[in-house]
Amino acid sequence: MFEGFGANKRRKVNIEEEPEHTKPWVEKYRPKKLDDVSAQDHTISVLKKTLTSANLPHMLFYGPPGTGKTSTIFALTRELYGPELSKTRVLELNASDERGIAIVREKVKNFARLTVSKPSKEALEKYPCPPYKIIILDEADSMTADAQSALRRTMENHSNVTRFCLICNYVTRIIDPLASRCSKFRFKSLDESNAIGRLKEISQLENVPHEEGALQRILEISNGDMRRAITLLQSAAKRLGFGELDKITSQEVEELAGLVPTHILQEMLNKVSQGNVNEIIEYVNEFVKNGWSAVSVVNQLHDYYITSNDYGTDFKNKISLLLFDADAKLANGTNEHLQLLNLLVQISQVPT
Amino acid sequence: MSLWVDKYRPRSLDTLSHNGHLTSVLQSISQQPRDLPHLLLYGPNGSGKKTRCMALLESIFGQGVYKMKIDVRQFVTPSNRKLDLNVVSSAYHLEITPSDMGINDRIVIQQLLKEVAQMEQVDFQESQDGLAHRYKCVVINEADSLTRDAQAALRRTMEKYSRNVRLIMLCDSVSSIISPIKSRCFMVRCPAPPNDETVNILNYVASKEKVQLESDEVLKVIAQESEGNLRKALLMLESMALCNEMQLKKSTPIIKPDWESVISKLATKIQKEKSVGCLVECRSFLYDLLAHCIPARTILQELTFALLRNSSNEKAKIAILQTSSIFDERLSLGNKPIYHLEGFVARAMCSM
Ligand SMILES: Nc1ncnc2c1ncn2[C@@H]1O[C@H](COP(=O)(O)OP(=O)(O)O)[C@@H](O)[C@H]1O
Ligand SMILES: [Mg+2]
Repeated sequence: MFEGFGANKRRKVNIEEEPEHTKPWVEKYRPKKLDDVSAQDHTISVLKKTLTSANLPHMLFYGPPGTGKTSTIFALTRELYGPELSKTRVLELNASDERGIAIVREKVKNFARLTVSKPSKEALEKYPCPPYKIIILDEADSMTADAQSALRRTMENHSNVTRFCLICNYVTRIIDPLASRCSKFRFKSLDESNAIGRLKEISQLENVPHEEGALQRILEISNGDMRRAITLLQSAAKRLGFGELDKITSQEVEELAGLVPTHILQEMLNKVSQGNVNEIIEYVNEFVKNGWSAVSVVNQLHDYYITSNDYGTDFKNKISLLLFDADAKLANGTNEHLQLLNLLVQISQVPT
Repeated sequence: MSLWVDKYRPRSLDTLSHNGHLTSVLQSISQQPRDLPHLLLYGPNGSGKKTRCMALLESIFGQGVYKMKIDVRQFVTPSNRKLDLNVVSSAYHLEITPSDMGINDRIVIQQLLKEVAQMEQVDFQESQDGLAHRYKCVVINEADSLTRDAQAALRRTMEKYSRNVRLIMLCDSVSSIISPIKSRCFMVRCPAPPNDETVNILNYVASKEKVQLESDEVLKVIAQESEGNLRKALLMLESMALCNEMQLKKSTPIIKPDWESVISKLATKIQKEKSVGCLVECRSFLYDLLAHCIPARTILQELTFALLRNSSNEKAKIAILQTSSIFDERLSLGNKPIYHLEGFVARAMCSM
């Protein structure tokens, strides 16, 4: 009989007690308290007020990936209940869980029905411990509209003992009747001045030397996504001590982020502006062997054409359309080689 | 007896051929594997992603990763359908391939990951730097063909279980991987070997297998033909050597897979005649190719390039590329490849 993988050598563990140093940095440096969450001052100050008033509305957090949504709700529940009580008072359902209509209803019902366990004396001293439970629906934009409307009723039925927190990237994917029942909190994409502090702090704690401007470069590349920034920082730090590298450089960061180096991009642009179809075909044949991602090339071309002063508006408009078309096709999982080649050939035909 | 491709596959980081920079990236990862982030290896087909992934695992866990077994596991879908799936695993890692499980990939992956996450290695070696073995690696082949649903489900799972599970995802193209997953991974680009490297590797294998070479020329031709795909190059070398009594001369004809010559014939046909009758003949070619399990997107790509090669008219080339990019997208969105391939053929005929 099959008994799980290598069952003899493995034992059950409690996922809760995690030593920090075995976790990737994104997890290790996940904000633990509301105060640790950087760059979302407005949201955090409002949430802190709810801590003292002990009356929480239903909530909807929305904003781009890596801006602290998941971290914030867990920090909030920890400050409301403390680590012990959170285990029984908080239910997390995310896109990895089965979230069909019937299942959500069932799970929520069962969870809501359990009588709230009495907080211990110590917990009461330290935490507000309000008398309701919190249900977190993370990545709620991947729920179908049907499941969402079923949720409406569920929310109402149990509103005396539960509070919901919906988390999503696109607020428009949440049906209106649901969204209107929640207080909305927008999580801003992190801007440089806010995020740099956090990155500096982490690089100090982890002892990673970095060249002037390297951290800024990480942030530019990550485009406001703190998770990407921290992963990139850790990736770059892993490279230290290999070869010549004794501190993180912008160049290394770009390489790790999979950006096409400027001189190669320039070579490509030259081929395109010469407009010889056969040569472009040859060039792309060689180019794709390097494995750069076509999406990244599209983004870099976009940055180049749109910020350049050498082209007129009409030309930029036409190029943009081509770039958007290619980007949409790539997002549908198409063949990178064909799409990149078509894009470059089409661009080469646009009269300047 | 195994194929030369498998027989001469490097098994450890120090024996990896081509691209020293990439090898040093992997070495830097394996040196401090404790807080390893999730990894995503991307690059063209046959550039050695799997080989590098296994070599990396070997450097973290030791030879044991090559002691693999296959188990048949049963999964139950929410609609109570049972599915059987082969899972390859060693004591330290397990491998899954999304195309084996079709649209149920989310359920299978979540079930496997949960199971792995709840267990922890107890025999991790204290010697190296302690806790390197605390986690198990889950290798996801062809990660770019994971459904959106499965990818969305991985988001929280990758964070929640990051103590006991590390994912290593392999894919040809990162374009169809959603960005929240990319931002959770250390992305490693694996370029194809340049031709001279391919020649070196072919040379090494040829000498080990006692193939008599008149000169390097024939190897250069193989390298050229294989377009950076090392697997293809080695398969070609082996079949050519076996067909020519282990003696390769400059003039030895290249052996290409049958389907490639079928596609060249198809291209010539399309170019010669523009008629419904010809379209019907082309259809039988296409059915034949599909029946031999040649993926539709490979057919489209090869056919496009064959048409580009044959045509001398620049306008026609541009039109073919544009058509091809459209039908490429339809192939990814639709689920009856023959419609779209045939549609492409008809359009291509008109643009010649
Ligand atoms: N506002 C923030 N302040 C500090 N760290 C942040 C912030 N936002 C994101 N991070 C970092 O990014 C990681 C992912 O954040 P998370 O809250 O899971 O993002 P999401 O908004 O996608 O749910 C965290 O582990 C943390 O390290
Ligand atoms: Mg989140």
